[in-house]
Amino acid sequence: MFELKRDISATARPSLRVCGQVFDLLPEGAAWMPNERLLVVADLHFEKGSAFAARGVALPPYDTRTTIARLEALVAKLRPQTLVALGDSFHDGEAADRMAPDDAARLARLSRSLDWVWVAGNHDPVPPRVFGGAVKEELRVGPLTFRHEPQAAPATGEIAGHLHPCAAVRVRGRRLRRRCFASDGTRMILPAFGAYTGGLNVLDRAYDDLLPGFDFHAWMMGARTVIPVSARRLEAD
Amino acid sequence: MLNFSTLPQGEGGLKLLPMNKPAHMGRDASGGEALPPLFLRWFESRGWQPRAHQLALLGLARAGKSALLIAPTGAGKTLAGFLPSLADLAAQSTADPQRKRGLHTLYISPLKALAVDVKRNLEAPVAEMDLPISIETRTGDTPQNRRQRQRRDPPDILMTTPEQLALLLSYKEAGEFFGSLSCVVLDELHALANSKRGDLLALGLARLAKLAPKLRRVGLSATVAEPDALRHYLMPQTGDEESLSEIVVAPPGARPEISVLTPADEGREEVRIPWSGHSARHALPAVYEAIRANRTALVFVNTRSQAEFVFQELWRLNEDALPIALHHGSLVAEARRKVEAAMSAGTLRAVVCTSTLDLGIDWGEVDLVVNMGAPKGASRLAQRIGRANHRLDEPSRAMLVPANRFEVLECEAARAAALEGAQDGMIAREGALDVLAQHVLGCACSEPFDPDALYREVRSAAPYRALSREDFGKVVDFVSTGGYALKNYDRFARLRPNAKAEGDMRLRAASPAVIQQYRMNIGTIVEAPMLKVRMVKSRGRRPIGGMGGRYLGEIEEYFIDQLSPGDTFLFAGHVLRFEGLAETEALVTKSNAAEPMIPSYYGGKFPLSTYLASRVRRMFAHREEWAALPAPVREWLEIQAWRSVLPGESNLLVECFPRGDRFYLVCYPFEGRLAHQTLGMLLTRRLDRAGARPLGFVASEYSLALWCLRDPGLMHERHEFTMAELFAEDMLGDDLDAWLAESSLLKRTFRDCAIISGLIERRFPGQEKSGRQVTFSSDLIYNVLREHEPDHILLRATYNDAATGLLDVGRVAEMLKRVKGRILLKRLDRVSPLAVPVLLDIGKVSVRGEADEALLSEAADDLIAEATRLV
Repeated sequence: MFELKRDISATARPSLRVCGQVFDLLPEGAAWMPNERLLVVADLHFEKGSAFAARGVALPPYDTRTTIARLEALVAKLRPQTLVALGDSFHDGEAADRMAPDDAARLARLSRSLDWVWVAGNHDPVPPRVFGGAVKEELRVGPLTFRHEPQAAPATGEIAGHLHPCAAVRVRGRRLRRRCFASDGTRMILPAFGAYTGGLNVLDRAYDDLLPGFDFHAWMMGARTVIPVSARRLEAD
Repeated sequence: MLNFSTLPQGEGGLKLLPMNKPAHMGRDASGGEALPPLFLRWFESRGWQPRAHQLALLGLARAGKSALLIAPTGAGKTLAGFLPSLADLAAQSTADPQRKRGLHTLYISPLKALAVDVKRNLEAPVAEMDLPISIETRTGDTPQNRRQRQRRDPPDILMTTPEQLALLLSYKEAGEFFGSLSCVVLDELHALANSKRGDLLALGLARLAKLAPKLRRVGLSATVAEPDALRHYLMPQTGDEESLSEIVVAPPGARPEISVLTPADEGREEVRIPWSGHSARHALPAVYEAIRANRTALVFVNTRSQAEFVFQELWRLNEDALPIALHHGSLVAEARRKVEAAMSAGTLRAVVCTSTLDLGIDWGEVDLVVNMGAPKGASRLAQRIGRANHRLDEPSRAMLVPANRFEVLECEAARAAALEGAQDGMIAREGALDVLAQHVLGCACSEPFDPDALYREVRSAAPYRALSREDFGKVVDFVSTGGYALKNYDRFARLRPNAKAEGDMRLRAASPAVIQQYRMNIGTIVEAPMLKVRMVKSRGRRPIGGMGGRYLGEIEEYFIDQLSPGDTFLFAGHVLRFEGLAETEALVTKSNAAEPMIPSYYGGKFPLSTYLASRVRRMFAHREEWAALPAPVREWLEIQAWRSVLPGESNLLVECFPRGDRFYLVCYPFEGRLAHQTLGMLLTRRLDRAGARPLGFVASEYSLALWCLRDPGLMHERHEFTMAELFAEDMLGDDLDAWLAESSLLKRTFRDCAIISGLIERRFPGQEKSGRQVTFSSDLIYNVLREHEPDHILLRATYNDAATGLLDVGRVAEMLKRVKGRILLKRLDRVSPLAVPVLLDIGKVSVRGEADEALLSEAADDLIAEATRLV
């Protein structure tokens, strides 16, 4: 049986505070600090496709340009002063060498159009220099610390990526599984932004020391907005 | 000439019972071929005589001709296929006993178990005639050391599967291994040919024809509607004209006795034939009585979940504790083998089974076949009936058990078809491009290939006859680098120029890793992602896997996804309580509940065949055929004729009526659920554009119901739109494309094509990738590829698959063409009798479709207050 639902939820931009700092959560999978004009994205994994190709799995080579196009669209819409890429921006050390020349030129153009910060990740401990921007292990903004890998709680004010959080919820018998932001108000873990990035359920043990218990929310990705769902309501994979 | 008089029956294994009627011969078959004296003596020693079709095949073989043998079960089909090889091998060894021979005959079966069974049957005459002939099987279960030995030192006759043939062809020494091959026997060809597996086999045969140019092919098949399709399939298509193999048709067996079970038969008027539903629960006491009254019964059902349900219910009724067993593809292999062994030993009274037992193993003693629900196709029914009583001169007995009123009509139509020996037509298919990609890589693994030469070879396979050189080139590019417009992967190419000599155009596999990757991923069967079901004792909050506990079988991941811990469901004959997931295992405990909480959906797995659908339409139109129907069904049709009108043989009845605060449109195309769902999606879009404000729809095998906020019947009357416009053929253009692109069906199909074509792997060497991960990543790949290269060859393969399989687009198109100018609109003040069954389905089946976004926001509605408290 199929049912059509008309009035799909409003396109409000939900916001969240971490240590009092306001973040707008965007359905594209990025977080926006309107007061700082700062855009945060995590786990871009540029050239993940070609990394597979090198192992004999010739995935479509368009993941990098898809990811760049999504970033360009956000930058055009929000005009940020600063963009923070929270680590694992490049899938591996040779990613920049494998990148198609026009993709590389496009990324360089984009990264030089604003203050760009490459936070180092485990996939890219030394991000390539050719794309400009600053490279940092951690970035501090007011009470907040931006780093790649989240640390065991309490990690007050931490904004991190690394885990590719996603969440699953059951509504009227139907199971929905989406990428999500995970936050308990003291910290936030961002979803992976890259075109070829999978997800790890927020109820997985990997999150036990980061978001203990069920006092957190998964802000799940809808088509036009982001939907907060209590951890108590979520399902494991 | 031999005398075909009735002779005593043979025992066990091969059933060589001669027939009373002379065989119908193919054009070039002489029929008078003599057996070698040794063989004649053997036949005589058993008190048998060779049958006409066996001799006919022998004659054709001696003339070096390929042939299709069509024969009913029990006609000695398998021996007919092997007799020429046995005779030839016997003669060879008499002439030169010392000579080392290579592989002589290859036997290919769709089922591993069948290969093993046929080997056992063939060993009897070989042993009794003391022939120096070696026979071996080679399947996925064959130990590694034996497989290696087989490659060095092949037997005379090798029994295997299409996948193993592909594997053998990928070895360097394939040319030598198959060079001596003189015959290939394809068993159950009707079940193989018209599928992706059949495409792979056809490509393998094309290769064999090149390695062994004198190769003779023998196809063994049950009766089919269009034998020429199989004759075509068997032959290398090298010339401009279609080449057809010879054909030998054995006379049919005795006419089956088929009954349709209805409550009236049981003499229990209080049992009503249900209006809708697929469980046939009302009929199970009568089915149980039938089991009691017979020696051994096979109870066929259409889905695994229905098998579980019927098994459970029969045991509830089983006061005599009759040995009744369960057999379906998801059960652990050991459990299945146990049932098969008990069946062979004759210790079971009934087996409840799915299509896993449609084919193959010969169990002599079955004297009744019960088909639960409607059979969905005339050929499927004939195949199933053939499972009972393998003796040609006695009729097979079958009982059809309709689960609802429409199914009564379908069962009667199927019975009439079976008595006439009518068969469903085959839908001609074009060779799949993903299968071709797999084959091209396999060729490169064996030896360097010249693309032009390989193109000619591939086109000699019947399914690839129409393949263009351009598309073939795209497939080769795809195999090498993914074939993308963005040439970023050349340095990772899986195919490299051979480059040994100037002008050498040949390509070879780039590395041993590529070859290993190919061999790990052979085959065209992509299972739905499955999870293992393991019985555990504890009910911890996070049960730990690997703690032992019995492994019960495998279950579809999508089913488990619908469960929450604590839910109960039926599996392996038990009511189980779902405890949770651990890695790729679903952990369960035994539940004491009598009824499972999560009912399984009993809808048929197979769509109603076009042929049977036309017969059902005919029954509606011809009142004289209603005599066979039980009174309640007849009355139902009478009232329909009085209140509305009956669907005709070639028109499309559309009824519009109000009910509650909605307006319904119900139509009766009889084209099967898949086609109706596709039609429902498309009509919804059209009704939406026309302003009828559709809210949803539900499809059944026979009809489709949509509901709207405005009355489509009234809108038609006011000329806001016409029914002719609504059902116009151009529906399959843009509307279909737009809907398809976002459809989850297409994403699932893409995953299968990506795996078969070798784009993504079933598993990495040494690392099993779980279906869960594959499903996720292939959706992302699909999205990216569609955005950047919508015409990519893999997307074309996906679209072709979805259009023919899941969506049945071809059938919707045929139907729209058929009813053009013949739409019969009936506006009613209330629901019609014929519309009741489909309306009863509303609310019974889970809601699906394009409402995910709305559902997701619903998850937040009651939580938004709590969530905003964080702010």
